[in-house]
Amino acid sequence: MPSLKDLRNRIASVKATQKITKAMQMVAAAKLRRAQMAAEAARPYTERMERVVSNLAGGMSGGSDNPLLSGTGKDQVHLLVVCTAERGLCGAFNSSIVRLAKERINQLQAGGKTVKIFCVGKKGYEQLKRQYEKLIVEQMEFRAVKQISFNEAEQVGRRIREMFAEGQFDVATLFYSRFKSVIAQIPTAQQIIPLVVPAVAGNSDVSYDYEPEQEDLLADILPRNISVQVFRALLENAASEQGSRMSAMDNATRNAGDMIKKQTQKYNRTRQAMITKELIEIISGAEAL
Amino acid sequence: MTTFHFELVSPARLLFEGPVESVVLPGVEGDMTVMANHAALMTSLRPGVVTIADGKASKRLYVRGGFADINASGLTILAEQATPVEDLNPEIIAAEMKNAEEDLRDAKTDEARRLAAEKLGQMTDLMAALRN
Repeated sequence: MPSLKDLRNRIASVKATQKITKAMQMVAAAKLRRAQMAAEAARPYTERMERVVSNLAGGMSGGSDNPLLSGTGKDQVHLLVVCTAERGLCGAFNSSIVRLAKERINQLQAGGKTVKIFCVGKKGYEQLKRQYEKLIVEQMEFRAVKQISFNEAEQVGRRIREMFAEGQFDVATLFYSRFKSVIAQIPTAQQIIPLVVPAVAGNSDVSYDYEPEQEDLLADILPRNISVQVFRALLENAASEQGSRMSAMDNATRNAGDMIKKQTQKYNRTRQAMITKELIEIISGAEAL
Repeated sequence: MTTFHFELVSPARLLFEGPVESVVLPGVEGDMTVMANHAALMTSLRPGVVTIADGKASKRLYVRGGFADINASGLTILAEQATPVEDLNPEIIAAEMKNAEEDLRDAKTDEARRLAAEKLGQMTDLMAALRN
């Protein structure tokens, strides 16, 4: 039986926690709005980029020699670019991305492939390190960055291209969480090298003129497309993280409320019991006299 | 005059969308003016100024690292960086240029040197674009 003081302390500590989770939820809500706007503002660019690339690649007769599009001709070494958050306390956000990546790693390893991991973000690195430390070849963190800009994506993109140019891998897949709504974030795997070109809708028979030559243009646009895809992944991730944190903190606040209610009830009952006990003692003492 | 659909997008946002009469863009193989019913063409852009005319007013934007895709549905410019020319101040750019030059001289690591060189290149392009 806990004493009254214990109960009081416990209630106070839960209340303090509730204040923190409440504040975190509100901060996440404010950040979410900004992150969501950034993600939505970047969508036109990525969409049009996709269309331009598919127009360009679709207009290519006999396929392209560009390795970013056609691949190295092998399927042996896989690079998994796992993008996660820098901070925790955001529900299942980080672990769901990591889980998806782990599934892919196991599947690839069972198929006899070599797997390399490129971690973007601290939390994914920490979780993957436990099991796959030897596979992690590269790691980047953007902890100091408040708002993800194209520069960060370009850093990641450049490193991926360098590694590809050095022949360190054959296939690259990007892992991130797609932001669908505040309550739904979908962990997604997207292959970026070699690029999977979506079928051109309808106008594939348009004959384009190219300045400079088609191959040169592709050699210019494909590397940039990688950075753009990374950029999109990072922005979607930022929005998903805040959404996920918001609902996690909302849950935590509600749980704390329930707990406070239960503890307060217990506290009151115990207090009443003690008062009754004392009264009985006094009365029976008086009667004995 | 007939108009056509024009879009200018950068990774940060959609800068322009709507019908225009003509657009002058700095292609790698020379400047060109695009009007309605232009032949399908795809070109990469060198850093420079894009001029948009919609009949009444004209708008000038500095773009860097981009592509133009001209097809039956209109013209789309994808630029890594795009800023309205009015927002650019030659003095600030000159100061930034000087800064970048100093950074380049003092750079100790390869990464810092690369960043400074990139910055300097950007500023030099900007100056050149503003002059004409």
